[in-house]
Amino acid sequence: MVPFAGYEMPIQYTSITSEHLAVRGLVGMFDVSHMGEFWVKGPGALEFLQYATLNDVAKLKVGRAQYSMLPNAQGGVVDDIYLYRTGEEEYLMVVNAANIEKDWGHLQRLAEGFEVRLEDASDFFALIAVQGPNAVAVLQKLTETDLVSRKKNDTFMGKLVGKWARFARTGYTGEDGYEVFVAPDEAPAVWEALLEAGVTPCGLGARDTLRLEAGFPLYGHELTDTTNPLCTPFDWVVKGQKEFYGKQALLDAACERRLVGLLVEGGIPREGYRVLGGGKEVGVLTSGTHSPVLKKGIGLAYVQPEWAGVGTVLEVEIRGRAAPATVVETPFVKR
Amino acid sequence: MNYPSELKYTKSHEWVRLEGDVAVVGITDFAQDALGDVVFVDLPQVGKAVEAGSAVAVVESVKTASDIYAPVAGEILEVNSALSDKPELINQAPYGEGWLFKMKINPADLNGLLSAAEYQAVAESQ
Repeated sequence: MVPFAGYEMPIQYTSITSEHLAVRGLVGMFDVSHMGEFWVKGPGALEFLQYATLNDVAKLKVGRAQYSMLPNAQGGVVDDIYLYRTGEEEYLMVVNAANIEKDWGHLQRLAEGFEVRLEDASDFFALIAVQGPNAVAVLQKLTETDLVSRKKNDTFMGKLVGKWARFARTGYTGEDGYEVFVAPDEAPAVWEALLEAGVTPCGLGARDTLRLEAGFPLYGHELTDTTNPLCTPFDWVVKGQKEFYGKQALLDAACERRLVGLLVEGGIPREGYRVLGGGKEVGVLTSGTHSPVLKKGIGLAYVQPEWAGVGTVLEVEIRGRAAPATVVETPFVKR
Repeated sequence: MNYPSELKYTKSHEWVRLEGDVAVVGITDFAQDALGDVVFVDLPQVGKAVEAGSAVAVVESVKTASDIYAPVAGEILEVNSALSDKPELINQAPYGEGWLFKMKINPADLNGLLSAAEYQAVAESQ
């Protein structure tokens, strides 16, 4: 167990690789109750969220969810978030555990002058992510609510093993599945029922290798207060046709480096390793690991734009040795 | 956890098996369990002369990279080339097929290393 944002969390239950492969091949589950949840409510909720987030909230219908980010005034990212529209004037924002206090303060300041009410509900939700090709079939046996015919990013209420739950067809693994919000005191019963149904419990280690294979960013690594989302593969989140906080700074910034996926031979790339192009430093790894599916090193790196094209041959410096690396499309592993 | 009594050990979790004046070196059952799934191994150059306690190899799991130290001074005679394709041998058979390298040593130098019981006490206090 390791301390993580104030929670005690397991790196692994049995083995990172076997947990990883369980999610890719069958179904695994993650206790991600550490994530923060904020309610955003009131007649000005839409207007406020349009201003405070990068994606287009006007497109979000009741019962739908979208990935988004909170911009700061300098063109950087306060946090990356998931936004769920739960009612006409009611949204649930899921934020990174390590950023709960920072985000809360930031949103409180931005909310002045909007007809909106913010509530920090982080302590009122446990969150269990059930992910993998068999996730929906396994969950469906534990509920009378239809899960099978829902679309990606749908969200709705239902009962899971008799407990009220908010279901969302979302996740952080690149697999099909649901994230299920339940009351903290009912979470153990849900977890036990899923264990009994044969779902493999997975720790932080597999969560990281799965999200990296899927090419997803992790806040504090690929996204920070000083990274511009337009210089990443997640630039689609930025909807320039609407007004948002810090818009001009974000749109005006030039990309000195771009975030790319690297496939690495002959070693495991790790965060902080230098990326070399033509023998000189052209970038740095923000995340890296061994891909259990590809059985190769994979990583995300910020590199100078002239070295960022897919197919570009680079090197990653691993313990003083240059390991061959190639810029590839993300996700590294497609469903 | 397995601590074969015929082996010598270091505090840094290497084991040594003496075969004549050749030392076979690997990492202990305790070490492979702590590292988790081993996915890459960096082995030393054959012929290299190494000091006792110097970092000569690296074992990487999904979680982390860990230096492997020469238990005693000597010359690297052979490395376990099977590990480049099957690094998981270290998890599966840490005292057998998962050995790392062989060194030519002075057998008297092994007297400074830990017995199985002494090493077990070190490992279990961590």
